[in-house]
Amino acid sequence: MSILVNRNTKVITQGITGKTGQFHTRMCRDYANGQNCYVAGVNPKKAGENFEGIPIYASVREAKEATGATVSVIYVPPPFAAAAIDEAVDAGLDLVVCITEGIPVRDMVRTRHRMLGRKTLLLGPNCPGVITPDEIKIGIMPGHIHMKGRIGVMSRSGTLTYEAVGQLTELGLGQSTAVGIGGDPVNGLKHIDFLRMFNDDPDTDAVVMIGEIGGTDEETAALWAKDNMKKPVVGFIAGVTAPAGKRMGHAGAIISGGKGTAQEKLEIMEACGIKVTRNPAEMGTLLRSVL
Amino acid sequence: MKIHEYQGKEIFRRFGMPTPRGVPAFTVDEAVAAAQSLGGPVWVVKAQIHAGGRGKGGGVKLARSIDEVRKLSGEILGMQLVTHQTGPAGQKVRRLLIEEGADIRNELYVGMVVDRVTQRVCLMASSEGGMDIEQVAARTPEKIHKVFIDPDKGLTDAEADDVSRKIGIPEASLPAARTVLQGLYRAFDETDASLAEINPLVLTGDGRVIALDAKLNFDSNALFRHPEIVEMRDLDEEDPAEIAASKFDLSYISLDGDIGCLVNGAGLAMATMDTIKLYGGEPANFLDVGGGATAEKVTEAFKIMLKSPGLKAILVNIFGGIMKCDTIAEGIVAASKAVSLGVPLVVRMKGTNDDIGKKILADSGLPIITANNMAEAAEKVVAAAKKG
Repeated sequence: MSILVNRNTKVITQGITGKTGQFHTRMCRDYANGQNCYVAGVNPKKAGENFEGIPIYASVREAKEATGATVSVIYVPPPFAAAAIDEAVDAGLDLVVCITEGIPVRDMVRTRHRMLGRKTLLLGPNCPGVITPDEIKIGIMPGHIHMKGRIGVMSRSGTLTYEAVGQLTELGLGQSTAVGIGGDPVNGLKHIDFLRMFNDDPDTDAVVMIGEIGGTDEETAALWAKDNMKKPVVGFIAGVTAPAGKRMGHAGAIISGGKGTAQEKLEIMEACGIKVTRNPAEMGTLLRSVL
Repeated sequence: MKIHEYQGKEIFRRFGMPTPRGVPAFTVDEAVAAAQSLGGPVWVVKAQIHAGGRGKGGGVKLARSIDEVRKLSGEILGMQLVTHQTGPAGQKVRRLLIEEGADIRNELYVGMVVDRVTQRVCLMASSEGGMDIEQVAARTPEKIHKVFIDPDKGLTDAEADDVSRKIGIPEASLPAARTVLQGLYRAFDETDASLAEINPLVLTGDGRVIALDAKLNFDSNALFRHPEIVEMRDLDEEDPAEIAASKFDLSYISLDGDIGCLVNGAGLAMATMDTIKLYGGEPANFLDVGGGATAEKVTEAFKIMLKSPGLKAILVNIFGGIMKCDTIAEGIVAASKAVSLGVPLVVRMKGTNDDIGKKILADSGLPIITANNMAEAAEKVVAAAKKG
């Protein structure tokens, strides 16, 4: 098993005809069972056409009705991306993975407000996506660094997720599922949600949790883990050296009002029984030490 | 993106919020003319820089005559204003705001940010205005009142009145406070602000509620729909290295250390800085080249880093995913040839085609130090920097 997605998941690609959408749709289709997973694209202007054999529909709702897809992935440009999420939510999909980077925060505040009480889960925006190795890849991560196995990986940052996955694979530790939560301040699923899922997944034995400065999501997840987590969790927080008030690339990665420092997060995680390292080169070996 | 106080007040007035009458001035003569046009008997001469804490740093002064306006303007214009937000070097004052004096009964605080937990805009208000609000928040958090605003409804009359009462606005002035608070929310929302602060918001002797200060920051991801705000950008207030980087779509932050870092991805970039520190070095910058690091981008990044004073070594840390390591290696070689580096360069690359990439670096004949993982890379670059 795995969390969120597996070889039988059917995916709609929103923004399939753009340059980024085309490129990553090919990479995802060519990964593991992708050929069967990527069943539809959406573009109202190109309905009835197809992208290399993947049929294009006018709307997410039509694509869902025609194919039975339950998940969508979004590569739509930032000014229109929040509306694309809204459309997927209105169509009643189970999961929306939004890759798009640079969506205005105000758009996301409204989109998240609209999502209250709806069943659709959102991963991202500004995230690399989710992969269950040897089954399905939804997003922009390099498939070949992954290996099927029993370690859950979750991170707010893309390349840092790859770094952790790369270290695990090198040690022969495969992954059940690896997810990138994304670097935006207003987003969907968070560390705590993935800890819950990995905790309930019989095929995950341990979890790597990677955070960064800004916000309190890591703290919230750590406090939950203290009372509920039945599996070992190891962690790393990026940004010990980041100065307060300077935004480190990600819109969410900023220490403000003395809150959200890496030091504070690491201390809370440790106090909650999560083994942490201050050396990101040691994420893999730290995980191995708790098995 | 940040703007000046006088620009923030222009936006406030557009949303019906009362502010003192004021005129921006770029020279002493303009300041005197501004004071004359406003009329006396008192004026406030305010340094316009993007950092807070201007009053404590000596950048805000009261003048009781036109001569005094002239004298103070001359002193403040051109000074290096040092506040807790500018760093020890301070920021040069190039613009002033000349304002009429206000009859202050109470100084209050109002701020607005997007709250990550509730995913709503949060209004924060306190009776403790004029002071460092972060200290108020730390010492007496019960004195900060918060409203999490429903985006469908906006800030309601009831919410505005409730929070106004809590910060000591008298009943007779509630409608005036409502104008300010609801105006602030509309301004925040409609301009895609990321932070708004009025510190102080004042209650005047005659019961008016006016914004004596204005601080607005904007969401850089939303500037595409606000050309009127982009026009307010003042490049003099920004780090030249960061401006140069932004032209090439590089995310760059100057720091105080001597080891330059070029990394793909914000999280990995922070982690790389942390590793350098762990091995006893100090990063000179944060630099995320993003997903598409071309030879041109790498060259520009090297150029920007090389301007950093006291740079002793550079570390390139790339995790090739979609971006192939051989492409990046070619970029590094081209960039090293185009720019004479003059400092040791340590490269760690991993991921797609890393073997080809490493071969390209080895065959280039350039004195590039390679490393197989982040720890080794950090160790080598710190050693190289210490030797230099």
